[in-house]
Formats: sequence, structure tokens, C-alpha cells
Amino acid sequence: MVTQSVRSARCRAEVIIAAARGVGAMEEEMHTDAKIRAEIGTGCSPRGPGCSLRHFACEQNLLSRPDGSASFLQGDTSVLAGVYGPAEVKVSKEIFNKATLEVILRPKIGLPGVAEKSRERLIRNTCEAVVLGTLHPRTSITVVLQVVSDAGSLLACCLNAACMALVDAGVPMRALFCGVTCALDSDGTLVLDPTSKQEKEARAVLTFALDSVERKLLMSSTKGLYSDSELQQCLAAAQAASQHVFRFYRESLQRRYSKS
Amino acid sequence: MKETPLSNCERRFLLRAIEEKKRLDGRQTYDYRNIRISFGTDYGCCIVELGKTRVLGQVSCELVSPKLNRATEGILFFNLELSQMAAPAFEPGRQSDLLVKLNRLLERCLRNSKCIDTESLCVVAGEKVWQIRVDLHLLNHDGNIIDAASIAAIVALCHFRRPDVSVQGDEVTLYTPEERDPVPLSIHHMPICVSFAFFQQGTYLLVDPNEREERVMDGLLVIAMNKHREICTIQSSGGIMLLKDQVLRCSKIAGVKVAEITELILKALENDQKVRKEGGKFGFAESIANQRITAFKMEKAPIDTSDVEEKAEEIIAEAEPPSEVVSTPVLWTPGTAQIGEGVENSWGDLEDSEKEDDEGGGDEAIILDSIKMDTGVEVSDIGSQDAPIILSDSEEEEMIILEPDKNPKKIRTQTTSAKQEKAPSKKPVKRRKKKRAAN
Repeated sequence: MVTQSVRSARCRAEVIIAAARGVGAMEEEMHTDAKIRAEIGTGCSPRGPGCSLRHFACEQNLLSRPDGSASFLQGDTSVLAGVYGPAEVKVSKEIFNKATLEVILRPKIGLPGVAEKSRERLIRNTCEAVVLGTLHPRTSITVVLQVVSDAGSLLACCLNAACMALVDAGVPMRALFCGVTCALDSDGTLVLDPTSKQEKEARAVLTFALDSVERKLLMSSTKGLYSDSELQQCLAAAQAASQHVFRFYRESLQRRYSKS
Repeated sequence: MKETPLSNCERRFLLRAIEEKKRLDGRQTYDYRNIRISFGTDYGCCIVELGKTRVLGQVSCELVSPKLNRATEGILFFNLELSQMAAPAFEPGRQSDLLVKLNRLLERCLRNSKCIDTESLCVVAGEKVWQIRVDLHLLNHDGNIIDAASIAAIVALCHFRRPDVSVQGDEVTLYTPEERDPVPLSIHHMPICVSFAFFQQGTYLLVDPNEREERVMDGLLVIAMNKHREICTIQSSGGIMLLKDQVLRCSKIAGVKVAEITELILKALENDQKVRKEGGKFGFAESIANQRITAFKMEKAPIDTSDVEEKAEEIIAEAEPPSEVVSTPVLWTPGTAQIGEGVENSWGDLEDSEKEDDEGGGDEAIILDSIKMDTGVEVSDIGSQDAPIILSDSEEEEMIILEPDKNPKKIRTQTTSAKQEKAPSKKPVKRRKKKRAAN
């Protein structure tokens, strides 16, 4: 019952569905993919057959106290998000016509510093763009993120975890959003979803937050040196990658809410 | 957020149930909830779930100079954080009492019991020692934080591997994990805290209270013990008065429980060790149960980026060139330059209404004509039209300049309408002064 959207004959993502569902239909596609898979590494040239996203996993509703919670794993990077809201807000922080969105990011080791504050702000701006705050004026929606392990693409993983947790909490949103990280290494090769080693060796690391309706850009955070055309290339690649992330969201929610 | 108060009927219900030896989740008086331990990919990272209470533990190490009075010992640092996602009431300023109590108890349990051999953490006596830092984060609060935290701390310490160091005479070599396998810490014993909650002035006792039971309890007794039945720490809080035999009975129960928990921990560590050695998959991704309907996994997904170059070129070709912004600096006098035109002053309206009141006032109100940002030419035009202008002595007053051929009164109404048109920019006044000096 899973609908597959096929972008091109050459590009198909393989999806592992639980044993409860039939795997038969997927098998034919697996054979054609076998050829493509053999060529795939984690890096590629801009004209290459394809970069790849790491193994994804998501678990929702794993904590009992928060209204919504999600744990998002991308390869070895893991972030746990908890959402409380809409809930009571302090009078000093209340906004008369919409919800006050607060994002808290806690690193695993040490006390939170300026880097965490700046990431919190980026995530908050992204969430504010999609959350329908005007439906819950004078309330607070708090998103708490805990870094469980960091192995590259941390900001993108935080964005994804925040989105899944907001969905789990039932906060009304106008679209889903996802985060994708691209790294450009010294010879201009584009790598999607880089590991921490690739990020360290890259010339530029760009993170984009894209929305699910038209894959428009909600937030971008970049570090390093890159040209105009490289920026547009990374953005286009991120948009292509976001297709897969949104499909992952859709399938995980289908699994949870479908009756079969 | 304020903590939701416990209703009276809930409190009565819980107490009555406890009197009848019944617990809400069906456990017996001395039963622990299910403990689940999972490890991450880095050494020293673990998540412990005691029922629904969840704690994340991470151990890290650093080379530092030792404390002055303990030159040959390493440093241990414990930090338990009550994350805001654990309970809505945990706000940064609000949880200090509980936080201090838990941190202190954890420190006494782990540091004072000398479970870690700090002498082995010394690298160069008096100069370099290892500082081991244990960070614990409470992720979900469903009661009995201290037990879960102590289990997480000791598991993380047992799981942790520090980089290997070799000292040859004066030379100290620190090996990276790739050069030499990291070595585990030397741990003498594993102290684990067991909590006992007392109700009705010590009449009834429950082991491992959950959140509701903690709310209605009278007092708490925490005993930290290791599997050799040595008590490492004991703490009674809440002001209940316990009899000697009650405490002894609790310590016996604690002995049994600690033995079970220690066995569980050792098994979990062994499993993880085995998986890592065999090269299998380890980490949190593996601990997500496949059968759960709320969990979903996707394998590595290839992305077709063959058309990104074409797309990018299209976008750049279609995009309008960025608007011409005056970015060249204009030098007025040596030491004074201007880049750009600045934004329109939105205080102008307020100024107008004030100045209309004091007609006879000292300073004349003068209003600048609105100038568009990309016409730097107008700047010089206005300058040439300068009729004698009275400049205010006060630096603080907003200076606005009349167009010489227009009547002041007329200007006021006109410029208010100009302001309503939302003129894009207004020259900063100080520049005008300097310009006159230059002229």
C-alpha cells in the first residue's frame, strides 16, 4: 500500500518496510537498483550517478512526558526531540496574536554555548515559518532537542527530529520541513549528508531547510567558501534529497496511522 | 511551565492502594521496573531506561593539570542535567533544589566510594592527568531519577575507553584511536543506588517509586551499594523517622536488587563488546525495535544529482542581476566617509507633531526631501540649492533641512504626506554638517 514516486528511471530509493508488509513488489525494483548501488559511494561528482543519504531511522512517541517526541537517526548522528505545546506561557513572553515558539538545543558534553544558541535561533526561525501559531495565541510551544550522538550533518538531523516531534505532538503546521546538509570539498565535489570527517575536510558546508509543499527554501546556514553556481547546485541537490526525506516521513506516518 | 498539582482524590487513591499492597502498574512492593540499556557508537555513550524514566550518559576525557593538593590523582567530574523535555516543570531557573540534591548524591555515590582508580589516571605527576567528565541528561521523568542516573553513570564509565598514553622518560606520547586501541578505565566496583519510598510515616515501603508514587511519598531512603554488599552511600530525606531494623531490612533488599542489576549491566556490556568485536552493527540505530509501529527505518538512499549543474545554470541565467547599490564610499573630509544612504527615520512623524506645537521655539524645524537610494546625484543638487540654513547647536536634536524654495508651513504638510508615501531613505544629518564644512 506504499505509493512510490519515481523521479527518473535511473533513480529509485530502496525502502525497507517491516516484515508485516509484503516485500514482493519491491523485489523487482531491487534488481534494477543493484546496478546503481554498485556504483554508489558516499561522494560523487556533480555529474555523477548520484550521492546518497545515509541510513535513516525515526521513532516517534518514545517519551511519556512530552506531548510529542521523536528520535531521528541519520547514519550515526542521532537527535532526540521533545515538544510541549500549546501550553501555558509566562506573561513576559506571551504574544497576543500567536504562539510563542521556543527551541532549546542541548549538547551532549558540557554546557550549552554560543554555537547552540545560534543553532536554536536557526531552528526556531524555520519552525516559526511553518507552525500555524495564530491558531493558538498566547500559548507557548517548546521544542527541546538533545544531541545523542554527532557524526556529521547535525543541524539537518535536528531539523528533521524537530519536524517529526511537532507532527507527533499534533501542532498545526502549514507544511513539513526537512534539513539537508551538503559539503563541497576542495575539487568541487558535492557530498550530501556528510559524515564528520567529510565535513572537516570540506571547503564549504551548507545546510538548507526545505518545505514539503513546493520544496522552497526556509533556512540556509553555510560555512566556508563557495561560488554562486555552487550554491545553486547544492540547493538543487538538496531539493532532490529532500524528496527522499519527505517520502520517509510520509511512509513512517503511514505505517503508524494506517489501519492495515 | 507550572507543575500540574496532584488532585486530592488521586492522592487518596494512591495511598489507599499502597495500604492494600497494590501498585498502579501491578508491581509487587519490592519489584523494579524493566531496565533497558542501549549503547551508542562512540565509547562511553549509553541510554538507560528504567521503566519510562530515561537517562542519557556520556563520558569524555581531557588532559589537564591536576589539583594542587592531589598531584598524582586524576579528576572526576559529574554533571546531571534535568532536561526540559523530561518534565514540563523543569525550567532552567526552577529546579535547583532537586538538581543539587541529585548531583550531590551522585557525587557521593561515585566519587567518595572510590569506584574509579584515580591514581591510574595520572600521566605525569603534578603536570598532566586525565579529567574524566560524566554528563548525564534526564530525558524523561517517570520517577526514581537517582537510580536510573547512577546506573547510567556506572555503565557509561565501564563502557568508556580513553586514548592510550605512553611515558618514556620525559617524553609523553598520546596515541589516537587509530594508532592504538583505547584502553578502558580501571574500575574497582560498581556502586548502584536503590531508592525506597516510605508512606504513612514509615509504615509502608515501596522500592523504585514511579512519578505518581514519588508525589505522595513521605520520605525517601537511598542506599548505594555494590555487589559485594558494601554500602557506599546512604541518605534519608523527607524527614521520616526510621527504625533501625527498617534500615537494615532495606539494606538487605538493596543487596539483592543490586546483585540483579549488576548482572544485567555486565551482560549488556558483554553483548556490546561482542558485537563490536565481530564487526556487527552497533549503536542506537540497532536498538530501535523493528516491530514497533512508531519506528521506521530506511536504508541508504541514492540521490540522482546529475541534473543539478543544468538546473543551477538555468537559475543563475534567469535571475535578475542584483540591484545597483551605491557601494563606493564617498569621502567628505579626511577621516569622514559615507557608504550608502541609510534608512528613513521613522521618528520623523513624532518630530513634526512636537515641532508644530512650539512655533516660537528656538530651533526651526526643517525637513529633508526624500531621496532615492540609487541616485547619488541628488545629493549634490540639494547641496547646491542650499539657502542659509539655521543649524541647531544641540547635537541631539534631529536636524531636517528645508527645501529652499518652499514655505516651511507648506513643507510640513507636504512632508508628512511624503512620509506617508514611504520614502526609502533619509540622509543622516551629521553628514550635512560636514558637507557644509567641506563646501
